[in-house]
Amino acid sequence: MLNILKSRLIKGVVTRTIEPAQAQEIAALGAELESLIHKRFRRSLAIREVDTGSCGACESEIIAANNPIYDLQRFGIQFVASPRHADALLVTGPVSRNMLTALKSTYDAMPAPKFVITCGDCALDGGVFKDSYYVAGAVKAILPVTLHIPGCPPSPLSILRALVAFLKR
Amino acid sequence: MDRTDVISTLKNKLPGVELLSVAQPYPDELRIKVEARHFKQTCLALHTFLPSPIMMQFGSDERAAAGCFTVTAVFVHIRSAQWVSVTVDIPPGAPGFDSLSTTIHSASLFEREIREMFGIEPRGNPDLRRLHLHDEVWPQGNFPLRKDFRQPQPGALSGYIFTRVEGDGIFEVPVGPVHAGIIGPGHFRFSVAGEPIINLELRLGFTHRGVEKLFEGKTCADAVRLSECVSGDSCFAHSLAFAQAAEKICGATIPAQAAYLRAIFLELERMYNHAGDIGGMALDVGFSFPAAHASLIKEAILQLNEQLTGSRYLKKVNAAGGVAADMAAAKRALLLATLKRLKTDFQELVKSLYASASFMDRVDTTGVLRRKTARDLGVVGLVGRAAGIPTDLRRVFPGVHREAQFKMALQESGDVLARLRVRVFEFEESCRLIETFVGKLADGQTTGVEPQLKAGSGLGYVEGWRGPVLYWLKIDSAGLIERCKIVDPSFHNWPGLAYAVLGNIIPDFPLCNKSFDLSYSGNDL
Repeated sequence: MLNILKSRLIKGVVTRTIEPAQAQEIAALGAELESLIHKRFRRSLAIREVDTGSCGACESEIIAANNPIYDLQRFGIQFVASPRHADALLVTGPVSRNMLTALKSTYDAMPAPKFVITCGDCALDGGVFKDSYYVAGAVKAILPVTLHIPGCPPSPLSILRALVAFLKR
Repeated sequence: MDRTDVISTLKNKLPGVELLSVAQPYPDELRIKVEARHFKQTCLALHTFLPSPIMMQFGSDERAAAGCFTVTAVFVHIRSAQWVSVTVDIPPGAPGFDSLSTTIHSASLFEREIREMFGIEPRGNPDLRRLHLHDEVWPQGNFPLRKDFRQPQPGALSGYIFTRVEGDGIFEVPVGPVHAGIIGPGHFRFSVAGEPIINLELRLGFTHRGVEKLFEGKTCADAVRLSECVSGDSCFAHSLAFAQAAEKICGATIPAQAAYLRAIFLELERMYNHAGDIGGMALDVGFSFPAAHASLIKEAILQLNEQLTGSRYLKKVNAAGGVAADMAAAKRALLLATLKRLKTDFQELVKSLYASASFMDRVDTTGVLRRKTARDLGVVGLVGRAAGIPTDLRRVFPGVHREAQFKMALQESGDVLARLRVRVFEFEESCRLIETFVGKLADGQTTGVEPQLKAGSGLGYVEGWRGPVLYWLKIDSAGLIERCKIVDPSFHNWPGLAYAVLGNIIPDFPLCNKSFDLSYSGNDL
């Protein structure tokens, strides 16, 4: 326990101290994001993530967006465990045939109003896997997609930037 | 025991078996060809006297060139540092071969894969259910890795039959494919009697994308980019295994500078994953402070990767012939300074875990994978080393790791704590290795050669952070890929998880699962 307290005191709030230039951008974007979410979603935007066959790099970056450096949660974004609690569905990966039903059921389980975000180049059109015999097609051909976040994988900062740009529209 | 010893021992053990051909195309590969009727006993002999699990088994459609299919089983011989493969020709009419799985368990999943992809029947395998091509969506009779496959033809669909545990008070708990966290998809079916798990059946394949087929017809330059997308947390290990296979076939020797750089990046990949997993284990017992601390270490390494190579996941670094990244003095200084800081941070992290009695109570003796079970299943890599199996490709095939006097992690108890300790040891060892390799870099060295294209086949292998990543590659005379078989260590280790959780309670499953941290996409391909 003493270790933890000592380490906590020495480290301080890492979200503010780690990389000055980057921290400024995160803070500025975050403040904007927070006010947008406050206005449009009454303080919180709940996102359910579904992997439809991604290599795992997008997941890794989405998890990184929740680490203490970016900490999306403090701006009002929550990644929730159930589609029943979600406002948005965040889809990664080219849609493997094996995941087609699960993707649709997850979307159907969400309460309206709801929207779909695709994350990463594979989710846009299959990416490097688009010619495969086992890819069921782009997410946008299966569900109504409102926002795409490009990248292979998109970095936490580009996820943040894309969300702000989208909510500003 | 060198190459001739392997052959003479084999001949002594199998007096009636004629070896059709024995070849050694590269110093680390010994290729044996036998008649189909001798396949099983030859493999069994190698399995026992090398000794080695099946490290890789795959089919290939050679009907156009040779009028047959082939099936190859690959073993590793640790003492002589070589891969021993046994190949049989299989005539195309009602293709089949004698199943190894009843005597060599590690062949079981590979045979099911060969059956669904090529329609080659493993005669005598008691479990013929499909792995990647789910029965509910993929019609029967379509074999995508056959060369004449174009589009799936309509056919009967069916369902998947789970193993049922029946009896008074037995409950089934189905989980997935969509899980509660931000994680890949898979279906876990627990059978519980009260609290303890008495059976866990894993149904995977949900991220199957037909990767091996996509490699076919590509040039090496295109394929190396694809190999980075096989398993996202092992981009570098996969692209390195691919590049090494291609370099072997082309007879290219990479410059020393490139070999050191590759070793450095491989260890960086290991470090960010180990740090992430250690944090994950803390998180899965609800100990959030170390989890946050570990995610900072992971993030620091990802940012370091970006500063060194332009990519957080070390993409677009490897190429057939070398690396497309150099490390000038300024970058070397940055790397060493970051490592120094990370080492202190990491020691703090480990201290906060080991000093917490309630954390230790949760991980000690949880999720035990016994050594015998691990050996029987053919478990490899980190999970194997935690269960007392002393195998690490960095030691078997040391390369530049020899110069750094690589030390292998080893634990005996096979529980979550053992897997944690292996990670802790390996993280610190990786720091030391990188420091040694950085000392050997120099300015202005070449980091790549242009490989001369040649037809041929070869095996590329790398000890990634989970374990051995293997690429068996065949290139035709036009320089295009004819067949690429990928084995991610996850494919060997998922069955291990199903045994490790037995007797544990479902609330400890996330912890056991995280301590294995296997890849969905690398397994499903």
